[in-house]
Amino acid sequence: MSMDGQIPSQPAFRAKGLTKTYGQGHSAVHALRGVDIEIEKGEIVVLLGPSGSGKSTLLNILGGLDRASEGEVHFDGQNLTAMTDRQLTGYRRDHVGFVFQFYNLMPSLTARENVELVTEIARHPMEPDEALKLVGLGERVEHFPAQLSGGEQQRVAIARAVAKEPEVLFCDEPTGALDSKTGRSVLRVLKDVNERLGTTILIVTHAAATGAMADRVIHFADGKIREIVRNETRADPEDIHW
Amino acid sequence: MSPLTHKLFRDLNRMKAQAFAIAVVIGIGVAMQVMMTGLVLSLSETRDAYYERYRLAEVFAPVARAPNAVARELAAIEGVTSVETRITGTASIDVDSRALPVFGRVLSLPDGHDPRLNDILLTAGREINPDHAQEILLLEGFAVANRLEPGDRLKATLNGVQRDLLIAGLAQSPEFIYSAAPGEFLPDDARFAVIWMGEAAAAAAFDAQGTFNEALLSLNRGTRLETVLDAVDRVLSPYGGPGAYGVADQLSNRFVSEEISGLEVSATGVPPIFLAVAAFLLYIVISRLVQSEREEIGLLKAFGYSNVEVGWHYMQLVLVIAIGGAVLGCLLGIVGGRSIIPVYTTYYKFPFLLFRLDPASFVTGVTTSIAVASFGGVLVLRKVFRLAPAEAMRPPAPADYSRSGRVGASLARWLDQPSRMVLRRITRQPWRMGGAIIGIAAGMALSLSMLIIYEGFDVALDRSFNVIDRSDATLSFAYATSDKAILELRRVPGVTLVEPFRQVGVTFRNGLKEHQGAITGLTNEARLYRALDADVQQIDLPPRGLVLSTALAGVLGVGPGDEVQIELREGRQPVLEVPVTGVAESLMGAPAFMELDALNALMGEHGRVTGAYLAISEEASTEVYQDLRDLPAVAGISLRSEAERAFKDIMDQGAGSSRYIMGIMAFAITFGIVFNAASVAQAERARDLASLRVIGFHRRETAFVLLGELGVVTLIALPVGLLLGNAMSFGIAAGFSTELYQIPVIFAPRAQGFAVAVVVVAALASGWLVKRKIDRADIISTLKTRE
Repeated sequence: MSMDGQIPSQPAFRAKGLTKTYGQGHSAVHALRGVDIEIEKGEIVVLLGPSGSGKSTLLNILGGLDRASEGEVHFDGQNLTAMTDRQLTGYRRDHVGFVFQFYNLMPSLTARENVELVTEIARHPMEPDEALKLVGLGERVEHFPAQLSGGEQQRVAIARAVAKEPEVLFCDEPTGALDSKTGRSVLRVLKDVNERLGTTILIVTHAAATGAMADRVIHFADGKIREIVRNETRADPEDIHW
Repeated sequence: MSPLTHKLFRDLNRMKAQAFAIAVVIGIGVAMQVMMTGLVLSLSETRDAYYERYRLAEVFAPVARAPNAVARELAAIEGVTSVETRITGTASIDVDSRALPVFGRVLSLPDGHDPRLNDILLTAGREINPDHAQEILLLEGFAVANRLEPGDRLKATLNGVQRDLLIAGLAQSPEFIYSAAPGEFLPDDARFAVIWMGEAAAAAAFDAQGTFNEALLSLNRGTRLETVLDAVDRVLSPYGGPGAYGVADQLSNRFVSEEISGLEVSATGVPPIFLAVAAFLLYIVISRLVQSEREEIGLLKAFGYSNVEVGWHYMQLVLVIAIGGAVLGCLLGIVGGRSIIPVYTTYYKFPFLLFRLDPASFVTGVTTSIAVASFGGVLVLRKVFRLAPAEAMRPPAPADYSRSGRVGASLARWLDQPSRMVLRRITRQPWRMGGAIIGIAAGMALSLSMLIIYEGFDVALDRSFNVIDRSDATLSFAYATSDKAILELRRVPGVTLVEPFRQVGVTFRNGLKEHQGAITGLTNEARLYRALDADVQQIDLPPRGLVLSTALAGVLGVGPGDEVQIELREGRQPVLEVPVTGVAESLMGAPAFMELDALNALMGEHGRVTGAYLAISEEASTEVYQDLRDLPAVAGISLRSEAERAFKDIMDQGAGSSRYIMGIMAFAITFGIVFNAASVAQAERARDLASLRVIGFHRRETAFVLLGELGVVTLIALPVGLLLGNAMSFGIAAGFSTELYQIPVIFAPRAQGFAVAVVVVAALASGWLVKRKIDRADIISTLKTRE
């Protein structure tokens, strides 16, 4: 299960022929229509596309929050599509982290306790304070979400997601609810995490400019991958404007 | 239909389970109210009509033997409107089902005209022909229980002579609505007999020509009863009257009246608890709805809907639930009332008893539920009014836990994060948690207190029949007789133990407090029937002085060391001051005890007894009964086993089923509260719970965060409910206890266990329903929508 000692060439994810259909018959919605993709370890990948293009659906399936209707996903050699509900929970618990647009912090827990929520159940977590320092919130660990700004709340959410040292971090519109300045600081944190911990990061966003910080940008349209663009150099979040 | 009306119906449909749970709580409250006020109305109106139509006397004046002419003196008393006299006696009646005769009352009816007072209702057969001395009317309940019909013959011994009587007809009387045998407080139709005979026939049977031994009086409205009683006693005392009493002290009437006033208390005390719980539930459920619909509220306001229009929309939701619950309650109340009436007619012999609804109870039920529910609603509406459109359309800031959150800090080392979440939520909304705890505890206490009372009855049963009275039979003589009779009883083969007693009618007085009762003289060697203290230890009866039962001591307001005045109502009727030397536990009646010789000494007599407690060997019982029934001067024999069985039958029927009703009530309240609290918590925290699932918490771990809170609430509510229930049971027992019988408040382990089990099961059931909701929740869409 551990990532240590793996052959470097093996990708983090290998998905083949993924389709996802919601509903049946006339009302059926085809969110994914046959997607093949490989995600390398340590990569930053930005998924771009209009609403309903399938990018979030792919993220959810890779993250073990949803199941594909057809096709297979392998994570580190394990077939996610064959996992039981319980195994998927275990997969989320041990291997991946999530960051959402609306932070989703527990209002009844302080910043540190929100992080501890994860470190208590993770296998090889980092110290909660260390995770918070990583996102630049070393000073505000005792604050409740109600006492933090939106950007700070999102950084706590990132700290919570990375504290278990996940192999992969899934970010669904992480800057969607933030102004551009705060948004950049959040992207900065993501990049730091990737560089310091080698975490594979997948970011779903509407903001095309974000693609500049990625290794690869995957463009979605109508449930399919329209185009994959590889950046020669990854831009600094500070240089991104939207 | 306006779009808001559509929304109203869809909202109701969406929250139907919660709405139903609340409506049921309201419904039970309203049902109790409708049913109990209906019963009070039915019973009291029927009783009053019955008394009036059959002219029940207002004063009963027993006398040893008075010439008929004395009746004119009684009629001359100021305030007396009519007088009827009659001859009463006892009869021992042979019935097939029983080895022992049944001792019944004989009452004379005037020949040739209806009685002026205490008329009877002929329910079968025909009236007595005064020319045929053997014709009688028989109390219907006794006849039915013993399968006797008009035309049947009845063997009975009157005044020592066995007679072959012809049952001309069956009758009911307002005098015998409740027919408990003397010394017992539960009715047993098979052993409670009344025989009505023609006056001439009764006079012949009891050697009472030209005399009467009971006068019945009716009074002018507004006449002072005490004045009349005193005047009657003055007239009758030369003829050996034990004292006149008012209809309020008439045994059957007392039972009926006490039942009615008990129902009145329940009708006013119980429903408010349910309605208060419902108001609380509506408040939390509607306030959650408003919270989750703040965006829609903002939108409506932005469109130009006024506060009142938006408020009215939510108020309608409250009203639909309240009215729905009230209508459900009215229906349940009617059904409940109708189905409980037959239970009443088995205990209370009314010629007719229809469940009459009190229309006012509908109005009260519906209006109070609406008012109470609106109160919960109005509190929520303030929130709606306060929302500014723009503010409403922004997502709310995270709930602020910074003030209350520190509570967990000291515990932090001991608790993991999910436990901290549970704890902080509880401490952040203490009033809401408190409300839930009080609600559950109140529902539980309500049921528990009644269950404790029932268990108290069981203890009363055991203590009365197995501890205080350990005899197999109680035999009473027609009059005080020499204790040689005891020797005679000891010689009956199969009788293993005979203990004499003497009972003397007495008026006890302490200042203005007065009680008509009796002193029972017992020997200190007694083992069959004893005066026992609170620790169930036999009290040593002193050579001088009285031991009062707790009930009597309470009535007179005296304790050991005090003196009471006693007026003996027999013989030369001395008035004496006697010290109270002890207090004895008793569960039936309000007895007083004295050492037998001491009592005889008070009477200026020696070696007199009025009865005996017997122990009878089981194998010989049939022969023993045969021998006993042939003894002269025996006025009655009651078997402990029969009284015990009658008691048990009633506990198994009436009270037994109430136990389940109490259980259902506790279940409904607990379920209503826990289910609604859990549903609201689940809705409020859907996002937290989904986050936990995403982070990698298993379903069970996630459910803990939500249900842990309810578990804590339920766990706190349990001891609170136990305390409250036990406290309430004292009040209820005191309310139910009368001079006729006392309900002991006991530690009732079965009742407590049952109540706890019901609450726990209700909590688990609602927890399970809510957990199902959590499991089915769509994690992704929850997390990606704004609150």
